[in-house]
Amino acid sequence: MLKFIKHHMDSIDGIGLYPVLSFLIFFTVFILMLVYIIAVDKKTMKARSSMALNNNELKAFENENQ
Amino acid sequence: MNTETFYYDNRWAKNFLIATMVWGLIALLIGLTAALQLVFPELNANTSWLTFGRLRALHTNGAIFAFVGNSIFAGVYYSLQRLLKTRIASDALSKFHFWGWQLIILSAVITLPMGLTSSKEYAELEWPIDIAIAIVWVAFGVNMFWTILKRRERHLYVAIWFFIATFVTVALLHIVNNLAIPVSFTKSYPVFAGVQDALVQWWYGHNAVAFFLTTPVLGLMYYFVPKAANRPVYSYRLSIVHFWALIFLYIWAGPHHLLYTALPEWAQSLGTVFSIMLIFPSWGGMLNGLLTLRGAWDKVRESAVLKFFVVAITCYGMATLEGPLLSLKSINAIAHYTDWIPAHVHIGTLGWNGFMIFGMIYWLLPRMYNTSLFSQKMANTHFWIGTVGIIFWALPMYVAGFTQSLMWKEFNPDGTLVYANFLETVTQIVPMYALRAVGGSLYIIGMLVMGVNVFRTIKSGNFIKEEEDSAMPLTKVFKKAKGEYWHRWIERRPVQLMVWSLVVVLLGGILEIVPTLMVKSNIPTIASVKPYTVLELEGRDIYIREGCNACHSQMVRPFRSETARYGEYSKAGEFVYDHPFLWGSKRTGPDLHRVGGKYSHSWHYNHMLDPQSMSPGSIMPRYPWLFGNPLNTIHSQEKLNVMVKLGVPYSQDYIDNWEHYMDLQAQAITDDLREQIEEVDVEKSDEIVALIAYLQRLGIDIKAEN
Repeated sequence: MLKFIKHHMDSIDGIGLYPVLSFLIFFTVFILMLVYIIAVDKKTMKARSSMALNNNELKAFENENQ
Repeated sequence: MNTETFYYDNRWAKNFLIATMVWGLIALLIGLTAALQLVFPELNANTSWLTFGRLRALHTNGAIFAFVGNSIFAGVYYSLQRLLKTRIASDALSKFHFWGWQLIILSAVITLPMGLTSSKEYAELEWPIDIAIAIVWVAFGVNMFWTILKRRERHLYVAIWFFIATFVTVALLHIVNNLAIPVSFTKSYPVFAGVQDALVQWWYGHNAVAFFLTTPVLGLMYYFVPKAANRPVYSYRLSIVHFWALIFLYIWAGPHHLLYTALPEWAQSLGTVFSIMLIFPSWGGMLNGLLTLRGAWDKVRESAVLKFFVVAITCYGMATLEGPLLSLKSINAIAHYTDWIPAHVHIGTLGWNGFMIFGMIYWLLPRMYNTSLFSQKMANTHFWIGTVGIIFWALPMYVAGFTQSLMWKEFNPDGTLVYANFLETVTQIVPMYALRAVGGSLYIIGMLVMGVNVFRTIKSGNFIKEEEDSAMPLTKVFKKAKGEYWHRWIERRPVQLMVWSLVVVLLGGILEIVPTLMVKSNIPTIASVKPYTVLELEGRDIYIREGCNACHSQMVRPFRSETARYGEYSKAGEFVYDHPFLWGSKRTGPDLHRVGGKYSHSWHYNHMLDPQSMSPGSIMPRYPWLFGNPLNTIHSQEKLNVMVKLGVPYSQDYIDNWEHYMDLQAQAITDDLREQIEEVDVEKSDEIVALIAYLQRLGIDIKAEN
């Protein structure tokens, strides 16, 4: 068990690539998320943002803002 | 399709909420006791289990896992059902989760004062309890995912993403940081040593703050703040950025706890860079929370719940600005090891966590008891006492931090230290410690006021065990809206969301830890560094048992002010046999890494018996039990065997004849003591002899080389 944890990762060929790959995935996912945020439509976002409120609470809020 | 009627289970949310209040009070009372001991050291009553080093771990674990932990579960069990329009999946798992968690806390309350500790901060509990934590945590996860799978609401609200990320990341952190080989049922050694152990520990420690004290509480914020203000979240877009950016960046920031230490330079810089970037998602989240109150600020004047939430979110903003600033090397050089750090931490726990919890309690309990809060006035009083309490806690600690740090670094024109005696820098700040205890007391008084208010509220209402609601079931086939984006896809898929959260947090871990674990050049070995003798190893375990590392660091940073005070700065290669590392994170007392050979055996003997006799005005407690207790050597040989498994080079001869070697060293120290102190009553089997052997060994290997 222990040999898989300690000292033995250096036996993996080309493990130096792992950190580089991590970094690339990191940026790709991040950029994708930003693209989505910019592109997503307003209506969906509005509906999602009131998910914590139940129907009565939402009505009360809408009446208040009319 | 017909609407279905179903019932929310309120029982476990209520039980967790009550556990929050009870354990919260206990954890804070222990904290107050520890705080008072720094003003009146004799308050340990010469009793081992009442001593600061042991109580400190109990306080931190209690505050994090019992106070905040129970409140998170209360919030999750309440909000999850309502956000998903379904009853919690399994009553049996809820019950197991609740009682399992309370038993774990109870076992911490018993074992930590007994000195059964791994010494790793916020992960002090020994291995059998660690396994229990993993099992209960998985039960919680299964219950949560099962509930998600039988939901009637297609989309997972942002609060649930935070809960999911919390679940996976805490599981990962807990397992990796607690990898250890048992010596006995109550003792184990971690598989990592020295620099690697430090990096893994602070990767864990920092992310315990991130994924136990922050992400789940943000989930609660995204649910309860809109509820209490009766407003939708200010910006859902922002919440998506907040979520992904936060879990992406947090996981990398751990090394900022190890700036200027023997950790490789590149890892330190990486930690700093990501810590600075963390300002953006953190403040995005804070603004999202505060702006949710747009148009409802008039309500804040009346509502105690909103007052608590506003100050909590503000404290979150303050702490998450301060954190990145503290990870700048120049600021860290001043702040680290001083009381600035506890001040920063308590803005987070007392302000952000505590006030979110109180707001949630005041909002939730009357609803679950179908009544209104007994007294708004009392709740407002609690708010003000609590706020003043936080200020009285934190401000003196900031002053103490700056004062002590400046005193540590002050030089005379001739190049000598102005305050060469560390003690002078301690006695200077004792009044601040006293003021901090006043702040803590105020905060606790506020909690007692809440207790009365809650009790009267409960008395006036009837508990709603099951709450009826109705919703349409989900259709089997979901038609994708035209032009839908990928993120909406993931919002519908909890399992994928979990996997991606795990991937995201693993990336940070891999990039940081893998190179340190494998590249040998990161930890240059030093030929003169040898493993501890069996007596020193036993002494080291006493040092761990007494929690000495709560007040003493073992890491001399490469500053002139530190090398002038302590000696040569610490090198990574000196710690290769340290399972666990004992660098510490706070200097209430001086650093001990170069203490070996600095004083005589008799000095240590008298100092441990009565610190004030050697250092008048010292706030270190007495340790009389070390002088009567015979050293327990039942596991000594097994300890050596485990060390060998971990790669420490003890010879077979040494392991076979350990008793002989131990006896020789103990006899030599005892002879010295008898020579140095008249009529001393010391046996070579006393625990103090082993401790002296360890203290005299600290940091001398490198002196031998020079």
